Amino acid sequence: MNKEIFSEKAFKLILKGTGIVIFMIPALLLVTLIVQSVPAVRAYGAGFIFRQTWDPVREIYGALPFLAGTLVTSFLALILAFPFSFSVALILSEYLKEGTAAAIVKSAVELLAGIPSVIYGFWGLLVLVPLIRKLELAAGIPPYGVSILAASIILAIMIIPYASTIAREVMSMIPPDIKEAAYSLGGTHWEVQRKVVIPTSYSGIFAGVLLALGRALGETMAVTMVIGNTNKLFSNIFEPGNTMASVIANEFTEAVSDLYLSSLIELGLLLFIVTALINFIGRLIIKRFEVKGAGE
Amino acid sequence: MLKKIAVITVMLIMFTGILFASGKKETSSKEPSATKVSELLGAGATFPYPFYSKMFDVYHKKTGVKVNYQAIGSGGGIKQLLSKTVDFGGTDAFMKDADLAKADGKILHIPTCMGAVTITYNLQGLPALKFTPDIIAGIFLGDIVKWNDAKIQKVNSGVTLPDEKIVVAHRSDGSGTTAIFSDYLSKVSPQWKSRVGAGKSLNWPVGLGGKGNPGVAGIVKQTPGAIGYVELIYALQNNMPVGQVQNQSGNYITPSIEGVSLAANVELPADTRISITDTPAAKGYPISGFTWMIFYKEQNYGGRSLDRVKELLKLLWYAEHEGQQYAEPLHYAPLPAAAVKKAEVIINSVTFDGKPVEFDK
Repeated sequence: MNKEIFSEKAFKLILKGTGIVIFMIPALLLVTLIVQSVPAVRAYGAGFIFRQTWDPVREIYGALPFLAGTLVTSFLALILAFPFSFSVALILSEYLKEGTAAAIVKSAVELLAGIPSVIYGFWGLLVLVPLIRKLELAAGIPPYGVSILAASIILAIMIIPYASTIAREVMSMIPPDIKEAAYSLGGTHWEVQRKVVIPTSYSGIFAGVLLALGRALGETMAVTMVIGNTNKLFSNIFEPGNTMASVIANEFTEAVSDLYLSSLIELGLLLFIVTALINFIGRLIIKRFEVKGAGE
Repeated sequence: MLKKIAVITVMLIMFTGILFASGKKETSSKEPSATKVSELLGAGATFPYPFYSKMFDVYHKKTGVKVNYQAIGSGGGIKQLLSKTVDFGGTDAFMKDADLAKADGKILHIPTCMGAVTITYNLQGLPALKFTPDIIAGIFLGDIVKWNDAKIQKVNSGVTLPDEKIVVAHRSDGSGTTAIFSDYLSKVSPQWKSRVGAGKSLNWPVGLGGKGNPGVAGIVKQTPGAIGYVELIYALQNNMPVGQVQNQSGNYITPSIEGVSLAANVELPADTRISITDTPAAKGYPISGFTWMIFYKEQNYGGRSLDRVKELLKLLWYAEHEGQQYAEPLHYAPLPAAAVKKAEVIINSVTFDGKPVEFDK
């Protein structure tokens, strides 16, 4: 075997090996979660997902408050973040392409992604929560401050860069010819954005949204600091609640009984499944957009 | 061909993983049999951690034996001891009979120091307040919802209480503090016992959860009309307002190190596994508790050397005697003499191969 063929083969082998390892990590993770949650699944069955009680003393565990907390905070955060991340992406790709102002906006958005979540939680607890409390006092609602709303706002700020960065990349990759063609047909700036730039980058915008959502679903530290950690189903967003990631982080260390531990792990499994499901649905949607949008 | 190579690589990776893992085990089981023991391993409760780390630091300087104590929580400490990866565990709640029965060998407890749980609150002007067990249970059950409730007003006749809603703050993380607090409430309130019960994490009828003492303290400080419970040490270090609590004898006791030590003035069982909440001691603060170190009675397991066992016993002996002087400066309550006596008997009962162990005291 000569040297070049050998290095070629070695290179391929390494690529394959790392590929397999990458595939193995989530697969083994899933296996571990499934195996460890067997006792809880046996004890509670499907009732686990729909039960509202979480009582470690009597060993009755239900995931509904946490499932609802995770989904509501994440989607609310997405709704709050989307207008901002969308406009930032549009501004950076269409209006502020270069110059100091562009650099400042760009690095500000990137900085948001780099801040550790505990700092967000801290800021939320010291600034945002008192603000919401004042609002609640004025509105005559119990002034908890910490709430589903507070968690959603913190999450929204945290996920803006994820949603905007991908959207911006895709928008700035649109071939200039297409846009120029639209302009030459007499399109105004706004018409070009609306009819060319945005439809062409649907898939990118959605991919960004998906990434942001994934980030929001799993966020733990910042959420646990501002959500109020009440293991009960909330009836409105001004009430405290809890999320799956947050309750796992809170209770895992002192979960001594087997069933308790297993229930927490089943929560983890549920979070894994929810995240995977949303990703899967998202991918289907992106695929449809790609066919419609790109059309090259 | 490539497929085959890929399969072989994966197998190789796994195999090295297995080798690595088993190799690790071997070294850890070899370590104890080394003649010079320079490190002891402990893991468990976070509550006594500042006290332990100070005490172990002094011990290291004095004897050259380093004690590596990881504050991973009582539950983790018990698990680590059960899997025999540490020399001793630390726990804020003594192991129940059912849990002890699961262990491979008899596990002993010795108390090392005491702590207490205080009621802290946020009211305009921060008046000094008195609480009866009935009031505390009522508030945390959500039955008493306003500060000017007749029950609270009755025992605090000199204070004008506001017509303000009570916001309850509790721990969101599983914690020994919650265990002591709920153990107390279960003793003084049949309603609490039937509706909530005692444990490290609870199904709270009302309130907001904060992570750790700082989390609860944060909610209380920020929220007007809030009430919560924190460790005595945390309250003292942060000059938080704390309520007096009525004990079994009818006395209102201000939480203090002295009051906590006095709470242990009760008949202790030989194995020291006792909850001293709702103490019958006349001057004792009623929401107090011990924290324990746990270890096996028969120390010849997993290839441990006699020297290592001797070092462990020396350390435990030190914690019960000289080590106690470091408790109070850090706001922990030192053990009363009766508890130390019981612990001495327990340490002396440790065996190696069924024979008692002689060690330098």
